[in-house]
Amino acid sequence: MHELGVARNILEIVQQSVPEDRFASVKWIRIRIGRLSGVVPDSLEFCFSALLSETKMQQAGLIMENEPIVSLCKDCGHQFTVEDFAFTCPSCNSANLELLSGRELEIVDIELADD
Amino acid sequence: MSVITIERKVLEKNDQIADRNRRVFAERGIFALNLVSSPGSGKTSILEKTFQGLRGEMKTAVIEGDVQTDLDAQRVTQYGVPVVQIVTLGGCHLEANLVQDALAKLDLTGIELLFIENVGNLVCPSNYDLGEAMKVVVLSTTEGDDKPLKYPAMIRNSRILLINKIDLIPYVSCDLNALRNNALQVNPDLKIFEISCVTGEGISDWCDWLRKKDCSEQ
Repeated sequence: MHELGVARNILEIVQQSVPEDRFASVKWIRIRIGRLSGVVPDSLEFCFSALLSETKMQQAGLIMENEPIVSLCKDCGHQFTVEDFAFTCPSCNSANLELLSGRELEIVDIELADD
Repeated sequence: MSVITIERKVLEKNDQIADRNRRVFAERGIFALNLVSSPGSGKTSILEKTFQGLRGEMKTAVIEGDVQTDLDAQRVTQYGVPVVQIVTLGGCHLEANLVQDALAKLDLTGIELLFIENVGNLVCPSNYDLGEAMKVVVLSTTEGDDKPLKYPAMIRNSRILLINKIDLIPYVSCDLNALRNNALQVNPDLKIFEISCVTGEGISDWCDWLRKKDCSEQ
């Protein structure tokens, strides 16, 4: 259950990025979460809303974009989505892969309502 | 509506401190390993066997992470190894700043090898870079052979897998081949050692690898 710490980090970054007098206008915070990031979206949502009550961002919500695990085979060039955490190329069976996405845990942007 | 573009990593603060720790290790030539596993898989026993196996050939230090108590630090101290205990008081993983604080309490002069024993947990520690050269994940045979598939992020983020308690294979329903294959399916680059802290099997291979400290080895 490290989602509480993750939620706290998100709030910190938002507070650094938005002028204090606009905190109440924060509508949406868009997060990119990779399937390999180890973060459970439901837990993050729960922790985030629990922390909100201590802030002026009462209206804020999380939009979570789940990123699949995408790999590129370095032997045959095939690009594919990794299913069931099987890290072998479905085209040539090689395990020589480059991870293109799946580890993300990032804040993309913040949407503010007009005053 | 107005949109502020951020594009920042949520754990950037941790990653920055981890980079600082990594620089400290690089400057001093310290090989730092982040030891992760579920509770009770034998991390501290592996440390004890490792100290015996290395017989003082490498100057070693330990950072112990636990939710409560300094029982693990007491065990390690018996081998004359400098140790700092971090008690997280409920925290389920170590973060880079805790390791940074612990490093300040250690005399790092001449230290070649540093074990950071993380809190027993196969989920949360996988996200947090502490500045280590690599994560070493321990799975014991009593946990079953399906664990690599249940905790893929940890397996994927580790470079070494220690399969512990292989002396118990005759008594538990754990297929060693399946365990190995499941781990390699998630992370084909994983280097695997099979060990027992009771019989000592496999410990010398593990210690030989530590002596080489070969970060590039697959």
